[in-house]
Parts: sequence; C-alpha cells; structure tokens
Amino acid sequence: MKHFLSTDDISRADLESLLDLSDEFVEVLARPIPKVPALRGKTVAMLFFEASTRTRLSFERAAKALSADTMSFSPSTSSLSKGESLKDTALTIKAMGADALVVRHQFTGAQWRIADWTGLPVLNAGDGAHQHPTQALLDALTIRQHFGKLDGLRIAIVGDIRHSRVARSDISTFSTLGAEVTLVAPSTLLPVDMEGWPVKVAGSIDDVLDVDVVYLLRIQAERGGASVFPSLPEYVTRFGMTRERFARLAENAIVMHPGPMNRGVEIAPEVADHPRARILEQVANGVAVRMAVLFRLLGGEASDE
Amino acid sequence: MNETLFTNARLVTADGVVEKDILVKDAIIAEIGTGLQTSGETIDCAGSLVGPGLVDIHVHFREPGQEWKEDIGSGSAAAAAGGFTAVVTMPNTDPAIDAGHLARFVIDRGRQEGLVEVVPAGAITMAREGKKLAHLDELWAAGVRIFSDDGDSVEDAGLLRRAMEYLAEMGGVVAQHPEDRGLSADGHMHEGSVSSRLGMAGLPAIGEETVVARDLALVRLTGVRYHVQHVSTAGTVELVRRAKAEGLPVTAEATPHHLMLDHGEVVRMNPDVKMYPPLRRPADVEAVRAGLEDGTLDVVATDHAPHAAHEKDVPFEDAPRGIIGLETAAAVVNTAVGLDPVTFFQRMSVSPAHLVGLPDQGRWAEPGGKANLVVFDPSVERTPDVYASRAENSPFTGRQLRGRVVATMYGGRLTFRDGKVQG
Repeated sequence: MKHFLSTDDISRADLESLLDLSDEFVEVLARPIPKVPALRGKTVAMLFFEASTRTRLSFERAAKALSADTMSFSPSTSSLSKGESLKDTALTIKAMGADALVVRHQFTGAQWRIADWTGLPVLNAGDGAHQHPTQALLDALTIRQHFGKLDGLRIAIVGDIRHSRVARSDISTFSTLGAEVTLVAPSTLLPVDMEGWPVKVAGSIDDVLDVDVVYLLRIQAERGGASVFPSLPEYVTRFGMTRERFARLAENAIVMHPGPMNRGVEIAPEVADHPRARILEQVANGVAVRMAVLFRLLGGEASDE
Repeated sequence: MNETLFTNARLVTADGVVEKDILVKDAIIAEIGTGLQTSGETIDCAGSLVGPGLVDIHVHFREPGQEWKEDIGSGSAAAAAGGFTAVVTMPNTDPAIDAGHLARFVIDRGRQEGLVEVVPAGAITMAREGKKLAHLDELWAAGVRIFSDDGDSVEDAGLLRRAMEYLAEMGGVVAQHPEDRGLSADGHMHEGSVSSRLGMAGLPAIGEETVVARDLALVRLTGVRYHVQHVSTAGTVELVRRAKAEGLPVTAEATPHHLMLDHGEVVRMNPDVKMYPPLRRPADVEAVRAGLEDGTLDVVATDHAPHAAHEKDVPFEDAPRGIIGLETAAAVVNTAVGLDPVTFFQRMSVSPAHLVGLPDQGRWAEPGGKANLVVFDPSVERTPDVYASRAENSPFTGRQLRGRVVATMYGGRLTFRDGKVQG
C-alpha cells in the first residue's frame, strides 16, 4: 500500500487485515504507557486545508503513539493566504523532510494531485464530499467490536448523503465487508444518480428501525437546511433519531455518528448519551485505525500490493 | 509571380472527390487539372484530401487582457497548424469586445499576424454583464456578424429579446452559451453517475436545455438568426432538430471533444478534461455525433480555450474551465465521426464560413477563387504531443488519433507545412 486515498479500491482481505492490525493498536493504547517505537525517526506532516479538530488531533495522537514526529499546517496562517499554489505548498513541505502527508482538502481529488506532485505516501483525511477512508475504517472497527463481524448486518445511513464523504467511504467499506446498506434521506440530500451503488434507499427513518446499526450524518444546521429541506423541525420529524424512535430499535442495535453532532437535530440529546450510542467509541477507535494505516504506509512491512 | 502546385490531390468538391492537381498563383487558384507544371514549389499530396481551409467560429485567443494564456499571434499559429484559414474569436477578453474600436483592434492584430483570417464575435451586453446592450451598431459597422456573451448565458429574457429584435433587423446572428445559472451553480462537471460518485456538484443536462427551449420561443417571436454554441446533450440536439423542422432560423455547433469523450474521463480528476459545457453521458456523445452526421448540428467549432500550465496544475474544482482544440480538431472529428469527405468539409469549413458571412472562406476550390486550402491526410495515425498554441491543456495529448494536417494555405501563402507553422 503506497497511499491511503479511497475505500473504493480496497479488497475485503486488505480491509480485514487493517482492522486486525487496528485491534492490536487498541490493545497498545490501553497499556499504561500507550506508545510503541514503530515509526521513530519518521516525520508525518498534517496538511489540513479545511478546518478540522477531531480528525487532525486523532492523526497527531496516532502518529505520536507510534513515536513519529509531526508537523502541521493550517491555511489561515500559511502562505496560501499569500497566494501560494497548492503544488508549491506541498513541495515545500516535502523539502522540509516529511515522510508522509496527511491531507484534508475541500476539493475532491486534491490528495491524488498531491500524491502525484510529491511522490510521498498520502493519507486522505477527507477530500470534498468524496472520500474519508479512515473514518470508514474506524466505523467498521466500532461495528465489528460490537457485533463481532459486519457480514449479514443491516446498516442504515441517515441524512445528508449527497454532501457526505463519510457516507461514500462507509458505503463501500460496509458493503465490501458483507453488510447490507440502506440510505435514508430526502431526495434533495441523496446523490443524483446512484446507478451501481450497493445500497437500498428508504424515504423515512421509520421504515428502517429494524436494522442493526443506525448511522446518523451531520446536518449542516448552520445553513439552516436552506434550500435542501424546508426547515430543521421538519427534518427532525421525518429523519431525526428521537427518543421514541430509539425506543423502537432492536435491543442490540447501536447508533453511530461521525461528529460533530447537532443535538436535537439529527440526534436527540438522550440518544446521544445512551450507552448504545457508540459515538465516543468511534472517536477512540479513530486513533487505533490511524495508527494502523500510518504503520502500513511507513512501517516497512511487506504490503499486499 | 509566386506559384505553388499541389499534385496528386484528392480534391474535395461539392460533388465528391476527384484526383487533380491545383495550381495557385499569388493569392488565387489559377488552374485545376491534371499533369500541371510549375516553376515554383510543388507539394505532393498523395493520399491526402485537399479542401477549403477549415473555419472555426468559436475560439478564445485571450487578447486583449490575458496574453499569458494565448495571444492573437500564438492562437493564429495554432489555427494554421490545425488546418484553419479563418477563426471567430469570442469576446470574453479583458476588456470584452463590446464596442467598435475593440473589434477593429482584434481584426487589425489578426492581419498583422497574417496566418489566418481573424474575425471577432461581439458581446451582446456591455462587459458581458447581462445588464445593457453592447454597442451593436458599432460592432456591426466594424464587420462583426455574430454576437455572444460566451462563457455566460444571457439570462434576462427581456434583454435577450431586445438584442434579438435589434439584430434580426440587421441580419446578425445571436449565439448563446446555454447554461442556466440557478441549475448549474457550483457545478464542475456533468451532473450524473460520475459526479455523484466523486461527490462533486454537477451541471445538469437540463441547465443547457431549459435555456435553449426558452430562447427558441424568443426566436419564434423575433425571427432572429439564432445559433446554439457547443451543444452537449441529447435533449439539446432534439430541441434543435425540432426547431429546424418547424422552419426556425436556427443553427448549432458541436465541439470535437463532445464528439469523442464522455464524463467517465473525469474519474481521474485531471483538469484537462474540465470544460463547460462539461463532458456528458455516452448517450449524449452518441446523440451529438448523430446530430453532426444528419446536419442537425451544422458545424464543428472547437471552443479552443487556452490556459497556462500552472493554472491547470491544481485540483479539478480549482481549475479554470476550457481546453485547447484547434490543433487536434480535424483528427478528432475524423476519428470520432464517420463523415464522408464532402460532409467533413461542409461541417468544418463551408457551413461555418457561410454562417458568419466570410465571402473568401469555405468555398469549394475553383479557378479564380481565393487560395484558402488545407491538405489533410485522413488515414495516418498521430499522437498529439507538442502544440503551436502557447497552452498545452488538451485531453487529447497522448491519445492515438487518425488524421494529420499536411499543409495549410491562407490567401496563397503556405502557413503550415512539414509540421511547422510558416511564420
């Protein structure tokens, strides 16, 4: 594995091997001294061209737990505001001696270009509404921890699928691992053309309350839903995970969310705090899967490719 | 007296292809026959078609204002290398060509370069802002015959109606870049299965079709000659087909890239396949081809849109729209569409010259006619790699195409031969 850019082209065997490795790092992180020397002397650069807290901190924590050095970059204080091109920025950071780049960018495919320009291993930490592959890995790990497998599980992904890189990465990851995925959203928040997607579609969350996993996506409340649905209360009525709906879920079913949450919109506050909402487990697992991916790219072990 | 003799030519005429020699003296075709002799230069055309010089009614030469991308000199060189003897430059320069003196500047610069006849299209509205009419009378007096706000649609139906009424009286052509802003906002590629997978906002086919449908209602009202630029969807082809059947004075163009490439190209997210209108579905490509074959689409026009290398060396969504096309047009059309030689030259020379009223262009060769000619070998394979244009933003670089321009003659002067522009 040279880069980690998309979940579309990863085989089931490679996914499972990454999840197994992640399990080992979960164990490492539970030790009194949660740190291994695997990447000592390596430098991982964090290039977050789009604002992020959790993903960036999670990657930093993962790199440091592997004993790598990190450096990071934020667009507001960088030469980007002086008009420097993305290519020059990437080459500049390469020249400083980075061994791998963790990149988030608001534009689809920016990581593929950076990989071409620099020749360095690139980890996609989210590109536009396209891919967020480490999120999909941590989601799969969280589900596997609870159910022991994904094979045969029924998973509903609810919310703004159209603009969600999490949904795109999750859909291919979950289905590659054998789960059955149903998308739930108003038509204005579904992708325009899903020909060939391994999914079913439902028009109301009430149609899918018998699933094993309800995965709620963030609604961009700051936009007030403007022009994609009539109002937030109407969204909650049709698509929100309310207390009442939560009570109708199967006994062993879990609720997930990639964060940050809008309590009271896509998820009721009581649901968010319930033990069967696995949101903080997802966050914790994020560190382990990012360790696994960093280790695969930089650890010098024979890869499957 | 300056003489050039084309021997062993497969000369394309209105009635078909004939084996002939063509003798050019100064700027004029002096004689067409067999066994002709000359004291001047001889070009052996064995295997090649000789037809009227190609005419492109849709190019961007970026002068004045964006000469780092292209200028009238480098654009003219690209045209000559592509077999063209006339081009119509779009008015989205800086400043926009919205007044007489600006049109005259473009014409003068074209003459200075002398490689190809350069004729500007005029803007429909001042500064292409869509708010008030450009100086249509001045533009007309300067020789402008086709008007467009290309790059943007004229959105305001009331303003467009007045432009149509005004230009109908003169006999001018209103050309529309059909793209509804509300439907296409933030789009970077065709809205469909590929954009959905990539999570990119798209320009839907109906964003083009709704504008054309509305405009046709205005054509019915005003009777103006109306031209649809770069038709990209099956629905637009059908709208034009029905408008012609109804007898409306409507013409339309197809670009070479919309005849060959579909939106699947965008999967690699290479900015050299980013242009507006975007590459559409395979079914649209089929419909555009069929439209060109049956004449629903009258002409091929390249929408030659040069950008500097560094401007395109960015993520897809950050990249400016447009690709170059002059130097690959003949080969792409020859490769993508099975036109017979007569129809090929009708779509690429005769009809476009007629559309914009260029008396010395797009004429089947005959003694006494102006010597605007192209020698085109339709059978040789070629992989484009270097360009006479200042820009290199072509999706056809490295692709195997069939057909090669052997020589171009503009006004009796060889402007391109042996792979080189004759500066």
